[in-house]
Amino acid sequence: MSASRLPDGGRIDRSTPVNFKWDKQNFSGFAGDTLASALIASGETIFGRSFKYHRPRGVMSAGVEESGAIVTVGRDDRRDPNVKATTQEIYEGLNASGQNAWPNVRTDIGAVNNLMSRFFSAGFYYKTFMGIPPMEWGKGTGIWMQYEKLIRKAAGMGVASREPDPDTYEHGHRFCDVLVVGSGPAGLAAAVKASLAGLDVLLVEQDFELGGDYLNQSTPEAELTRTAALKALKEAGATVMTRTSAFGLYDYGVAGLLERVTDHLADPPQHTPRQRFLTVRAKHTILATGALERSIAFGNNDMPGIMTAAAGATYVNRYGVLPGNQVVVATSNDSAFTAAIAMAKAGASVTLLDARESLPGGAAKLLESHGVNLKSGSTVLEAHGRKGISNLELAVKSSNGWSAGETLDCNLLMLSGGWSPVVNLLSHRGVRPVWDSQNLCFVSPGHDEPIQMAGSANAVWHTEDCEASGAAAADSAIAAINNQTTSIVVPATGGWESPIEPLYEVTVEGRKLKSFIDPQHDVTADDVRLAHQEGFVSVEHLKRYTTLGMATDQGKMGNIIGLALMAEALGRDIPEVGTTTFRPPYTPISLGALTGRGKGAHFKPLRRTPIHEWNLAHGATMTEAGLWQRPWYFARKGEGITEAYIRETITTRESVGLVDVTSLGKIAIQGPDATEFINRIYSNAFAKLPIGKARYGIMLRDDGIVMDDGTTWRFSDTDYFMTTTTAHAAKVMVWLEELLQTRWSHLKVHVTSVSEQWAGSAVAGPKSRDVLSACVEDATTVTNDALPFMGVIETRLKNGAPCRIARISFSGEMAYEMYVGSDYAESMMDLLWESTQTFDGCLYGTEALGALRIEKGHVTGVELDGRVTIEDAGLGAMVSDKKSYIGSALRKRPDLNRVDRPQLVGIVPKDRSETFKAGSVLCAEDKLEGHGEGWITAVTHSPSMGHWIGLGYIKGGYNEWSGKTVVAADPVRRGNVDVEIISPHMVDPSGERMRG
Amino acid sequence: MIRINCPFCGERDHSEFSYGGDGSIVYPALDAPVEEWVEAVFQRENIRGVQTESWQHVSGCRQWILVERDTMTHEIHSVRAAHEGVAKVLEAGK
Ligand SMILES: [Zn+2]
Repeated sequence: MSASRLPDGGRIDRSTPVNFKWDKQNFSGFAGDTLASALIASGETIFGRSFKYHRPRGVMSAGVEESGAIVTVGRDDRRDPNVKATTQEIYEGLNASGQNAWPNVRTDIGAVNNLMSRFFSAGFYYKTFMGIPPMEWGKGTGIWMQYEKLIRKAAGMGVASREPDPDTYEHGHRFCDVLVVGSGPAGLAAAVKASLAGLDVLLVEQDFELGGDYLNQSTPEAELTRTAALKALKEAGATVMTRTSAFGLYDYGVAGLLERVTDHLADPPQHTPRQRFLTVRAKHTILATGALERSIAFGNNDMPGIMTAAAGATYVNRYGVLPGNQVVVATSNDSAFTAAIAMAKAGASVTLLDARESLPGGAAKLLESHGVNLKSGSTVLEAHGRKGISNLELAVKSSNGWSAGETLDCNLLMLSGGWSPVVNLLSHRGVRPVWDSQNLCFVSPGHDEPIQMAGSANAVWHTEDCEASGAAAADSAIAAINNQTTSIVVPATGGWESPIEPLYEVTVEGRKLKSFIDPQHDVTADDVRLAHQEGFVSVEHLKRYTTLGMATDQGKMGNIIGLALMAEALGRDIPEVGTTTFRPPYTPISLGALTGRGKGAHFKPLRRTPIHEWNLAHGATMTEAGLWQRPWYFARKGEGITEAYIRETITTRESVGLVDVTSLGKIAIQGPDATEFINRIYSNAFAKLPIGKARYGIMLRDDGIVMDDGTTWRFSDTDYFMTTTTAHAAKVMVWLEELLQTRWSHLKVHVTSVSEQWAGSAVAGPKSRDVLSACVEDATTVTNDALPFMGVIETRLKNGAPCRIARISFSGEMAYEMYVGSDYAESMMDLLWESTQTFDGCLYGTEALGALRIEKGHVTGVELDGRVTIEDAGLGAMVSDKKSYIGSALRKRPDLNRVDRPQLVGIVPKDRSETFKAGSVLCAEDKLEGHGEGWITAVTHSPSMGHWIGLGYIKGGYNEWSGKTVVAADPVRRGNVDVEIISPHMVDPSGERMRG
Repeated sequence: MIRINCPFCGERDHSEFSYGGDGSIVYPALDAPVEEWVEAVFQRENIRGVQTESWQHVSGCRQWILVERDTMTHEIHSVRAAHEGVAKVLEAGK
């Protein structure tokens, strides 16, 4: 075993051992370890299998850029796939397992794909399964989808739990003056400076420990600076959050944060959410997000035992783990020197391959003084080994590129192909990074966003320069927030003693190598060239065709190599080829965090009427109507819903029934111009509605389509009470406000929503007046003369509660709507119910309400669906030709007046013992195809008629189809049923019963 | 993630508001010819740049407001009450 835990050093707590499971076996590490560091220390090398070829993959980094050690954490309903072992803290009882492998990552049957890799090149799936019979474009999409499912299963990454998520997630909001992302040398310096200037600072760090690159350094000075900065932050009152990722930046200084609250705890307290999703609004944002070290493409560069140079040093300095004792470091720049020295100090034998031919004397001397064997002008051509690297073949600089060199034994290869500043978050704001040809990386250009890049995120390499860069960024933020103009000295970028040399791919004429640029998605250098050969010239297309950078790491390590190879193939420079656009999230976030508390019963608000408890106490089964809970039916002993609603319908028609109608929208319309206003918004005449009367009205939209219907009651010259449908209550209120504020601001009218202030019950049936007489203070106020059809009164109930009553009917029976203040709701119901029982009346719910109104052909929201005209809905009589009103101009458009438009009709099954369903398509008997001739909106069993009936629309309406057989087509549910089209007014068409 | 400075309530998150539409439209008289109504209801410019929009502070004061917003950057240049009389009073009080 080549890797080992060092006897001392690192930031782990050696007094706190932590036991965990990896692929069903027991392991232990220390508090402060990541899953990766603990497993490396235990000698594990294979952490996963690659996407297509199932090649073994080890740890490639020590952070969020990880592309190899992708694992599944947790079990059953807490299974979390595609977790980076390099960022997952270990805790007692952690249960992690490998993925994309069977039976396990060490022995994987799928690895046979590796032998067939030439069949799996870029675009393989598309080429194989699409475009050939029977899957020509537009034809075999369904079959392709089937294939795709199988392919995904065979190639898939981790599998998410299919059980409901048992955890809770929270959403939060906060404000700050300065948001600092990243707590490395630049971020800490920036946060301290801004806090000391009196600004409200929020510092977020994705790691579980603060310090960024300080944590990877072994010098006492680094730790001293870090702790001093943390102390200063605390004293200045800055807010500091760890385990918190800034995953996206948005308009107006908004940042999306994900705080992982309990993902590192063995026993999370019950009251804490698993994660918090925070929306932060910052006046200024400082991105001290660091830089990610790039890999190099050469043969088998994906092999376990190959990681970035900085990662190697991190495992030694931060975790006290030596990932290999025979180390080769391959670099194109100065940054790997400290890493090489760290390995040598930890006791490894180290060879450093520098692609550059000459090194500055100081560096060479320093390396040699630590026993590092230096080979300049050389790098790696191909790695060899069975389940991990055991030796490598050198590439040596020659006159025309590289030539193969000697073989070196090693068990750890550390790479540095350069550094990519993390400009991702800035890119979210639409700022396109520009290529820095000195430092060979994309950096932030000048821009207008209130965002500063600091430290290595701005290609500043040395710790002290990063600190200065952070302080300068803070100065800019302070000046901007205080509206000052000051000249701020920003440290120069770069800082390496000798310049970096481009090193993206190592090839030797005539050698076939498998060089990976996206190890997670198995995209090779050859794939990029193939894509180019096949005509792809845009990076965005290259990305989609090869899937480069589309895995869970989003190409954090390999994208630049892909760009460089594409540029080379095109014969252009990298800046000409450009980079792909980074999009949120920077690191993956769970769907649970996005959902927050808004799921299950909390998915939408719940509205209950003041009669809700009373309804329940009287046997209601409730149903949802939009946000409202409404009584569905009141089953008596032995009844199901069918028996209950049929009984309720019959009882109401024969005696009397009560139903909670509180959910109707109610709007008080008041003011000297109220009459004029109402007359403009309804299609029928309202100007002469007498005081003490109600009228049914229809409201159109500007475009002449029906918006809503309802009744409006008049109490005085200036005081009206409008009811709307339950479904459109909010929309109508907004509409009235819009008209009064934006179009007719000269009208003196006030509209107030009083839906919650008034509780209502309909009292319907031949005995309804008798019930009312028994409940009101003065029975003479509700006689036929005092309260005729469409009459309105304000009076008191027997118990003294003020109430308003209108004699209006939705059921087609003699009926009333009675409203009292919501606090009197239950006492109103008690009175009404006591009297109703003396007539053997009933309570009814929405199901009977539906049956009653369908029998009468009364429309509701399902008929007034935003597509129909007044005439379509059979309400042509509700139009005044003597006035102009909203919609009166555009309803005259020719297409809205065609006689073959779908019109409201009644529908009955030809065989009266048949049933049918709402949503069926009405078709001509001989033309069962397409969208048919119409549709069914509502159905019910009609007790009055003794069979099923429905309402719906059909082209040309009753006149066109009466006497003809029509098919209610419902092929995937009920099956087809022959029906007849009749008038929608199926019961008491002349309306004698409600006027009586 | 726009923030709108409601003339009545102060700066609030756009989630409190609902979008109305093109705020520059002057709707014709109710008895105007159908052509004028077609123009007002159906014809819209697809503006790249600053446009005047109507919004309602529906979860706040419920006032309709006119917002000049840049459709490219979301930058808001001005906000005023849509109700002419109210706008005048607010303007005079400044
Ligand atoms: Zn407001």
